Amino acid sequence: MTVAPAERPAAASVSRRVAIWLDRRPRVRLALLLAAPVGWLVVMYLGALGVLFLNSVWLRDEFTGLVSRTLSLDNFIEIATTPIYRTVLLRTVGMAAAVTLTCAVLAFPIAYFMARVASPRVRGLLVVAVLMPLWASYLVKAYSWRLILSEDGLLNWLLAPIGLRGPGQTEIGLWLVFTYLWLPYMILPLFAGLERIPSSVLEASSDLGARGGTTFRRVVFPLVIPALAAGSIFTFSLTLGDYVAPSLITTTQFIGNLIYLNFGAPNLPLAAALSVVPLLVMLGYLALARRLGAFEAL
Amino acid sequence: MAILTRDDPAPAPAPAPSGAAAVRLEHLVKRFSGEVGRRVARSTGASPDADTVTAVDGIDLEIRDGEFFSMLGPSGSGKTTTLRLIAGFELPTEGRVYLHGEDVTQRAPFERDVNTVFQDYALFPHMTVGENVAYGLTIRKVPRPERERRVGDALAMVRLNGYERRKPSQLSGGQRQRVALARALVNRPRVLLLDEPLGALDLKLREEMQLELKAIQRDVRITFIYVTHDQEEALTMSDRLAVFNRGRVEQVGSPAEMYERPATAFVAGFVGTSNLLRGDAAMALVGDAGLYTVRPEKIRMAEPNAAVADDEVGADGTIRNVVYLGPDTRYIVVLDAGTELVVTEQNLATSSMEALAAEGRRVRLIWKRHHNFRIGDQEGSRGGGA
Repeated sequence: MTVAPAERPAAASVSRRVAIWLDRRPRVRLALLLAAPVGWLVVMYLGALGVLFLNSVWLRDEFTGLVSRTLSLDNFIEIATTPIYRTVLLRTVGMAAAVTLTCAVLAFPIAYFMARVASPRVRGLLVVAVLMPLWASYLVKAYSWRLILSEDGLLNWLLAPIGLRGPGQTEIGLWLVFTYLWLPYMILPLFAGLERIPSSVLEASSDLGARGGTTFRRVVFPLVIPALAAGSIFTFSLTLGDYVAPSLITTTQFIGNLIYLNFGAPNLPLAAALSVVPLLVMLGYLALARRLGAFEAL
Repeated sequence: MAILTRDDPAPAPAPAPSGAAAVRLEHLVKRFSGEVGRRVARSTGASPDADTVTAVDGIDLEIRDGEFFSMLGPSGSGKTTTLRLIAGFELPTEGRVYLHGEDVTQRAPFERDVNTVFQDYALFPHMTVGENVAYGLTIRKVPRPERERRVGDALAMVRLNGYERRKPSQLSGGQRQRVALARALVNRPRVLLLDEPLGALDLKLREEMQLELKAIQRDVRITFIYVTHDQEEALTMSDRLAVFNRGRVEQVGSPAEMYERPATAFVAGFVGTSNLLRGDAAMALVGDAGLYTVRPEKIRMAEPNAAVADDEVGADGTIRNVVYLGPDTRYIVVLDAGTELVVTEQNLATSSMEALAAEGRRVRLIWKRHHNFRIGDQEGSRGGGA
């Protein structure tokens, strides 16, 4: 503000006066900026999460089928002690880990090519190509894969001449479908992470005597761990919570299916408790990633 | 400091006989084409829609063992590309690179006994200072005790002992620069390449580091090849230097040779101030229509009617501009003979007020005839503007 109040033209417009008033009140400006998103987060997001937690410590009355609002950890005890729940939980986490690992292995070369080799034009085309599947409906993609993998589907038809059979509608088939569905979520953060590494750092490694493999192990990989963590959080959590693809592709149960089955009439508190489990797994995963230094460079 | 001399029974090759070329470049050409060419063209401000850019256009150079050699030139003149060709980061389109008599043109950077100090330092951000400096030794599987000793010595040489555990992000620009230097020198390369290593530092730190670099080079006796666009830096530090212009070498020589006997108009302009006399002006003042240069500090500024001795040239003109520089003042004088000359005078008795008041005054410039230096070819082989 170089203009003193007295020198200001008398006919200053309202918007100008508001602008001047705001200019000196950074807290008010911040409040205006964040009111809507913070309100949304607190009411819709944390509120829903709170209701979920609350439900998970309530019980369902065995006779009436109604939810009784008495606090208890019985739901969690049931989950922990029933063998089938444990099996399903392990199966789900195993699937999420397998999908994450496959996505990382497949995404790295693509992301590396996009970030460090391709010309700007090719890079732009590749970014669009990677994003394109995300524009199509998730349901359509899952159904397409159901058709591709079915007994007389495209995959078996293609493999038949060479005497092979596809994985069919099994867990292996589901693993393929999940990997297909979540791959873009791994490629994009990896691409951003690789692009951020200055070329001179790679040249310095080579200059100091390191071959390609050593440079990758000692320089490139440590520098993309944060990006890898970001991508794996997507792939891991998306797999953990999904129930549509498992029910379309396989007959096996995953946590999502159990939640869905218990939802509504059967046992809402148990469904809520089951929903808390993947949340806890994710929290554990984030803590582990943090411990490994994944967020240090953020 | 003898810490970096080759005293260890390391598998180092026998030192080349002194006087042999540490680096020899034979008709080196580097063209960038396609996408890369367009990017290079844009970044160097060459023609923006050219598809092929010739960054290095036939360079022959011999750099002696143990000398401090500078490659001086404006941005886009090919000096950094030449350095990168020596390091192996780029492959030449034509020509050969020899290191100590050995043809290394096709070798990868990790197969060449040279190390580089990068302009942006290129420290590994996830490693500590100690790990950064130890990197080359770790790769070469130098045993741990020796590695630690050498890392300590190298850090001591750049006066950063005790910083082993810091991360690069916790250091200032000058300190990062020193780490980069230690990381390169700890490997005892036979040739050290420095790509404008002081470019990002402020003036005072830069001058300190210039002296330090020169002292370190004298101690370790490694060949330094130093890329810079700062002529003062090149003149003060180098044993010899090459002036680059448009992908070619205009002149190679000692700093004094460059300054006193520039081979082309471009060198005269880039190393010092151009002060060219050509055509009619040269005819009128020197008596010959060739291309001449006269250094600004050789010119005396006198009253318009001052006497001119037989062995002197006298040229009348008007002061167009006065630039006060502290210890000196620079005057830009428009001569009646139709050219401009820059004159620098020490502010022995003049105050800034007096100096600045001289603008617009009529003066006579006087200098000794033998300070007219005739530049070899007409406008320089490249026709480089000053």
